[in-house]
Amino acid sequence: MSPNLMIPYLVIVPLAAAFLIIIFGKMTRPAGAIIASIASALSFTVSLMLSFSIVKYGVLIYKVGGWMPPAGIPMIVDSYSALILLIANFIAALVTLYSVNYVKIYTDTWKYFSLLMLMMAGVNGVAVSGDIFNMFVYLEIASLATYALVAFGNEAEALEASFKYAVMSSVASTFMLIGIAFLYNYTSTLNMAYIGKFIEGNRTAKIMSFVSVLFLAGFGLKAALAPFHAWLPDAYTKSPAPIPAISSGVLIKVLGVYALTRLFFNVFGMTKPVSYILIFFAVVSMLGGGILAFGQSNIRRLLGYSSVSQIGYIILGFAIGTPLAVMGSLFHIFNHSVAKSLLFMGAGSIEKTMRTQDIKKISGVISKMPVTGYTSLIGALSICGIPPFGGFWSKLIIIFACIQAGYFGLAFIAAFVSILTLAYYFKAYAPMLFGAKESLSGALKNNRRQFLTDMPMIILAVVSAGSMLFLAPGIMNILMRLATVVIVNGTAYVSVILGSLK
Amino acid sequence: MSIYILCLILFSVGLYCVLRKRNLIKIIIGIGIMEYAANLFFILIGYRQEGRAPIYAHDQVINNMVDPLPQAVVLTSIVLGLALMLLLVAISIRIYEKYRTFDITKINRLKG
Repeated sequence: MSPNLMIPYLVIVPLAAAFLIIIFGKMTRPAGAIIASIASALSFTVSLMLSFSIVKYGVLIYKVGGWMPPAGIPMIVDSYSALILLIANFIAALVTLYSVNYVKIYTDTWKYFSLLMLMMAGVNGVAVSGDIFNMFVYLEIASLATYALVAFGNEAEALEASFKYAVMSSVASTFMLIGIAFLYNYTSTLNMAYIGKFIEGNRTAKIMSFVSVLFLAGFGLKAALAPFHAWLPDAYTKSPAPIPAISSGVLIKVLGVYALTRLFFNVFGMTKPVSYILIFFAVVSMLGGGILAFGQSNIRRLLGYSSVSQIGYIILGFAIGTPLAVMGSLFHIFNHSVAKSLLFMGAGSIEKTMRTQDIKKISGVISKMPVTGYTSLIGALSICGIPPFGGFWSKLIIIFACIQAGYFGLAFIAAFVSILTLAYYFKAYAPMLFGAKESLSGALKNNRRQFLTDMPMIILAVVSAGSMLFLAPGIMNILMRLATVVIVNGTAYVSVILGSLK
Repeated sequence: MSIYILCLILFSVGLYCVLRKRNLIKIIIGIGIMEYAANLFFILIGYRQEGRAPIYAHDQVINNMVDPLPQAVVLTSIVLGLALMLLLVAISIRIYEKYRTFDITKINRLKG
């Protein structure tokens, strides 16, 4: 099989699973969990196979329906998409496994799995789409599924958060749609490579700055960058625990960061004003998220604000734009996805056992739930940036890149926020993990050995602890280096795509 | 030109409605208006002076068609808008069941 024929399966498999679950979920109870697990494992396999083919072929294009672009819609996988797909599907597969046990507290679990698969179809679609409107449609599919998933528990707070998120996010989507309309009016095409080709000559046109502002607001909200982050902590508070895990690990990375960088670096071409705006957003996110996380007593809100802060690091690296900084950002996407999903899963397990989200009421997790305790410890250490774990290396690379590019102030802020992160994680997690154990007597009821809940956390903890090995030569290293080249070369993407279309 | 300005005014009405109104249903209506304004704008930029519907027939001379692509795009976008609208209305019904009010200033259990 020619490798580019694998690309549509990234969308087909989760989408088919979503509808199969609707058909079979009503008949037999476990059908939803089984189909969703198989589908997510399959799409992880496909993304892994694609990653190996990317190393060999460089860029793969699938023309949907055999129509040549710009009339047809292409699905394009290059090394950057392949890296993002690999991370997203890895996290999604583990979150699906984790969900199997977790969602037993709800009725109609098949609806949950159906929505989860719909969301993954959207996420994979955003990563492979080569057409700007098509990307918008996939983005909307993923967002719509997420609004419903946030409200899945049907608690008052969850509904409120879901409404807030849906309103904010749909305003952002409308901005994006108007941006697409302006772009279409200007370039007469919706294909990203052809848009890039048209813009190449006249990049300083006034309309481009207007379109850039619309897209920055739209994707900034999806990525939860600081002025647009208000939905994130609310949406994470009362939703089912796997949702913050997948949202923090996959959704804000693909829908926000990936789509933003793909458009601004590869299609529009990075300009100085945009990179300064991104640096500003990044600094505000890092500091704002960090400071707001300090005062939180709810464990999920703390982790949510921490996500805002870490997204700041990722955007900072991209905005600086030197190869080292971009490499650091890509590595931080990976490390943050793994560690934050791990922490949210841990928080979910803790909550389910202790029946509370309040940090002050939780203590002695390690002695009562050793697996959850130790894996959460590894996740927290990774995010704080303690040396042997993943987060340290990516933050170190970003800080070095700041110094190398001459931004000493930014390097100082990045280092300061890292210390801030350590402080609030230490403040929250030390009493939770190591505190006295007698305070949680009585509440422990369902502390059975739950293999399906523990296994994803153990896998993520191992990956997070051994993350530095990915800097050694191997598939991740090659992919990251290729993806760095794709981003740093910027609009060379256009000629690469147009060249391989012929 | 004036028609684009009217379209912008429609969009602003929707945005004002989302930002300033306190009733959940009015916010939803505001989002609807915004989406329609965006769709209308997309259709407008595809319009050609004196253009006719882009349907190809054998015996017709094609000299002045409107752009068909925005119409296809807007159809998709309307479907997405419909899905969003249904979801929002369903959520607001549930919110009413829990809070017994549509006033967003009273729906404020999430803090921090």
